[in-house]
Amino acid sequence: MKEYLTVKGRIFDMQRFSVHDGPGIRTIVFLKGCPLRCRWCCNPESQKYDIQEMTLGGKTKTVGRDVTVAEVIDEVEKDRVYYKRSGGGMTLSGGESLMQPEFATALLKAAKERSINTAMESTGFADFSVIERYLQDLDLYLMDIKHIDSEKHKAFTGQPNERILENAKKIAESGTRLIVRTPVIPTFNATKEEISAIAEFASGLKGVTEMHLLPYHRIGMDKYAGLKRDYTLKDLEPPSKELMNELLAVVNSYGLKGQIGG
Amino acid sequence: MAEFYSEKIAKSPRIDLLKADLFKEMPQIEADRAVLLTKSYMDTEGQPITLRRAKAFEYILDNIPITIRDRELIVGSATKRPRSCQVFPEYSFEWLESEFDTLATRTADPFYISEDTKKTLHEVYKYWKGKTTSELATAYMTPETLMAIKHNMFTPGNYFYNGIGHVTVNYAEVLAIGFSGIIEKVEKEMATMRVTDANYCKKNVFLQSVLISLKAAIRYAERYSALAKELAAKEGDAARRAELEKIAKNCARVPKYGAKDFYEALQSFWFVQMLIQTESSGHSISPGRFDQYMYPYYLISRENGMTREEAQELIDCVWVKLNDLNKCRDAASAEGFAGYSLFQNLIAGGQDEAGNDATNDLSFMTITATENVFLPQPSFSVRVWNGSPHEFLLRAAELTRTGIGFPAYYNDEVIIPALMSRGLTLEEARDYNIIGCVEPQKAGKTDGWHDAAFYNMMRPLEMVFKNGVEDGENVGLSTGDVSSLKTFADFYGAYKKQNDYFISLLVNADNAIDNAHATLCPLPFMSCMVEDCIKRGKSVQEGGAIYNFTGPQGFGIANMTDAMWAVKTLVYEEKKYTLEDFKNADKDNYGKDMDEHAAEKLTLAICKELKKQGKDLTESDIKTTYETVRKNPCSAEKKAFYDEMLKAIDALPKYGNDVKEVDSFARDIAYLYTKEVEKYENPRGGRFQAGLYPVSANVPLGAQTGATPDGRLAFTPIADGVGPMAGRDVKGPTAACNSVSTLDHYIASNGTLFNMKFHPTALAGRHGLENFVALVQGYFDRKGSHMQFNVVSRETLRDAQKHPEKYKGLVVRVAGYSALFTTLSRSLQEDIIRRTEQGSF
Repeated sequence: MKEYLTVKGRIFDMQRFSVHDGPGIRTIVFLKGCPLRCRWCCNPESQKYDIQEMTLGGKTKTVGRDVTVAEVIDEVEKDRVYYKRSGGGMTLSGGESLMQPEFATALLKAAKERSINTAMESTGFADFSVIERYLQDLDLYLMDIKHIDSEKHKAFTGQPNERILENAKKIAESGTRLIVRTPVIPTFNATKEEISAIAEFASGLKGVTEMHLLPYHRIGMDKYAGLKRDYTLKDLEPPSKELMNELLAVVNSYGLKGQIGG
Repeated sequence: MAEFYSEKIAKSPRIDLLKADLFKEMPQIEADRAVLLTKSYMDTEGQPITLRRAKAFEYILDNIPITIRDRELIVGSATKRPRSCQVFPEYSFEWLESEFDTLATRTADPFYISEDTKKTLHEVYKYWKGKTTSELATAYMTPETLMAIKHNMFTPGNYFYNGIGHVTVNYAEVLAIGFSGIIEKVEKEMATMRVTDANYCKKNVFLQSVLISLKAAIRYAERYSALAKELAAKEGDAARRAELEKIAKNCARVPKYGAKDFYEALQSFWFVQMLIQTESSGHSISPGRFDQYMYPYYLISRENGMTREEAQELIDCVWVKLNDLNKCRDAASAEGFAGYSLFQNLIAGGQDEAGNDATNDLSFMTITATENVFLPQPSFSVRVWNGSPHEFLLRAAELTRTGIGFPAYYNDEVIIPALMSRGLTLEEARDYNIIGCVEPQKAGKTDGWHDAAFYNMMRPLEMVFKNGVEDGENVGLSTGDVSSLKTFADFYGAYKKQNDYFISLLVNADNAIDNAHATLCPLPFMSCMVEDCIKRGKSVQEGGAIYNFTGPQGFGIANMTDAMWAVKTLVYEEKKYTLEDFKNADKDNYGKDMDEHAAEKLTLAICKELKKQGKDLTESDIKTTYETVRKNPCSAEKKAFYDEMLKAIDALPKYGNDVKEVDSFARDIAYLYTKEVEKYENPRGGRFQAGLYPVSANVPLGAQTGATPDGRLAFTPIADGVGPMAGRDVKGPTAACNSVSTLDHYIASNGTLFNMKFHPTALAGRHGLENFVALVQGYFDRKGSHMQFNVVSRETLRDAQKHPEKYKGLVVRVAGYSALFTTLSRSLQEDIIRRTEQGSF
């Protein structure tokens, strides 16, 4: 077996027939561990690198397992025929794939060697020298840009945004296809002005033509209790359809192809 | 450049009015046909049976009341009232008489029957005692077969109680040359015959019978022509008067002559379609490749100035008429075929005989008709191959998204070679269509006997545990007490023995019924539109068709696989449990209370018995009985033991999750049925071929099956189609597709059925449609044969909240995410249900 196939990494889930994170029918590999602590995060079990226990519906399950690249790629291979028919492939998500460079780059390499399309959903929060290693085997970078104001970014995600914005420019320069994705979170960025600032930034990135607005939802709320953590956005209502449409118009006004949802 | 006109064509206001009329009252039983048939039979005693059938058909068509419903453009009704049904005492009658008083109140497919009709039928039935196909079939069956049927090992009830149906006749020929053309063909054939020919007598009778039937059908159409003229004369509204005059003209010309234009072709088609269902009660009379044989007439009319809207309205009218026909089945069968369904399967798209893509504008218009009319008939299907136009598949996916459950998708790349392996030529196989649910055949050349019996694969397994004895009766073989089965090979072998035995009895049952139909109910009218009946001088029922099959369908692969895997692992490999434990689990229902539905049924039966004995029962007596019946009597200790056992079973890998070892095992288990079945021959000179699908019988037949080693509780449903057991597939649609496509779909040439559930939002937007089409194509690339989709409604989501265990695999779209519905919080579930209601996604 080729050596890179034996590289181990830590994932917490794999999801087949995923149709919202990259083109076509995809298999998502969720890597464990994230440098950000977004308050709305729908996968709070993804944040810590450590293997954890989470209780949902009265059942306690272990979150996180160590697997080899070969194990993951075998699972990814199973849906090859559907990738071929739909233009789909593999998407790395998390957590943050940039936290496990050896494993994640080996996964991308394994996929590309098998002619499987690759995408990565990522915050871009890492040294560019790390990111660079991913780009050669990556077909699509789905990059989260959550806010232009660094302080507000830090208040809601635990990290400032300068490095993220800088990396976005460099990724765009590199020629890798980049789509900007923005979670729309009321009280954080769900205003025309804030979305406008992000859209303006996105439209200035070389070659970037698409921007996705992902409306806030409460899918992960129960998981916080399952991890014995507080959910600080308890009373937050998802943005209305009307508001989403208004924000979409803002995005489109910058000459970008906007889209609601992935 | 657009090759097709693929736009939706708006629905004419007429269609909703026709629909409203169709559904304004409960369907009824009408006695006219039975009375006329019986009168004719009484007058023809002693004559050859084929001739008697033709004379009865003639007498019925000359005398049965006819009606033209308000606003109809396509006419011809089998009953005075819409959606009602005639009865067919020549096949069976006792069940109907015994169900007279419950017909209107039963849950599955109720029918109103008036006291007058009851009286009339009661009189008619006096004649039929000892003369029906069901009685003759019973006489032909061995005692072992009758015992197996009594114990629900399999149910050949469909053809036992009814006509065979399940045919697509050569519509194209009738449209081209009319019945007068076929009459000429018959006369030509008769001219070649000599009275000294060995088969002269029977052939002559058959051909005479065809002539009588065709001439009767022509006169029947002429009665409509006269009626239309009469109505036109009285009609005050000028527009309707013109319509009636046109109807009068049409019915004077077709089906007597070849059709000149699209309207005539549709009217001609309709007479053929409804008259086949007047001659016999068989269902699944399938229009087949309507978009192909109608296309030349469509082109002529378009050339002559007919607009697309006018054409669409006429097609929609035919769709409405297909829902005007109905059939009353016995209570048990009604549950197996729930939904008043006649399974008139109509298919669009696919290849022509030369292998070119055959999609045309009419293919798209049949999709639009299904959307416009939005009723259960026709059973609408599409053919998919590697050269299918993408826009056609997208348009089909749009129809799926409406939640109507149509179209069913069929894979040319599997079905064509599968049919060739049964002896069809490449050209014939390329021209296949679907009969009834999922059964492929070549139109106008085949008597497929496609729905020959339901075979419950779980019952022989129960017989292994019961050593062939049930309720003190010898039903199966003695394969030894389970304690004597020392290895898994012993156990598997015991199942195979029981299974082979019951399949042999099923063959006996089917062939007995087959012979009874040939002897008592040959159908000269239908037969003259199936090759090679005229040349051979015999009816389809006597082997007149070129291709003859018998296709009994097995079901329960998922449960069998999971059960065998559980026994193999837990008994023979891990030695955690013994076969006795599984035997007791069957007896004790794993310590669980009885299924609600089954308990209700049993309570009803007990109360009925008590009432018969003259006991007065209060509400609370009935309640107590129910509670006693339902409650499991096991001790707490035993219950705890079974809970552990169920946990151990639950932890095993299951069919439907793309686990290679399990899926290969399923393939072998399916072979136990398919390979055994195809060893046998039928009396029409053809072979048996297996199907793998239960229609909706997995529910009622599950209600006759005890607890099984896969952890399935007693009397609960068995898995649907070839799909995974409900709730056991947790890896999503592609994993389920991969598991199911591991089965050999070629050998199951009588069809396989794979149902999937989706939430409408999973198909949202252009992306949703594209991914959906890719999923179908992916499954077909892996050589699956059929797929259909239940795009789930709000009601289903509500049910999923109540019974999450049944819906573990249900995918819904949540904002930008897709998720398993049952894993979401209650409040989010409510969110989604609300959004579904508004349809605002």
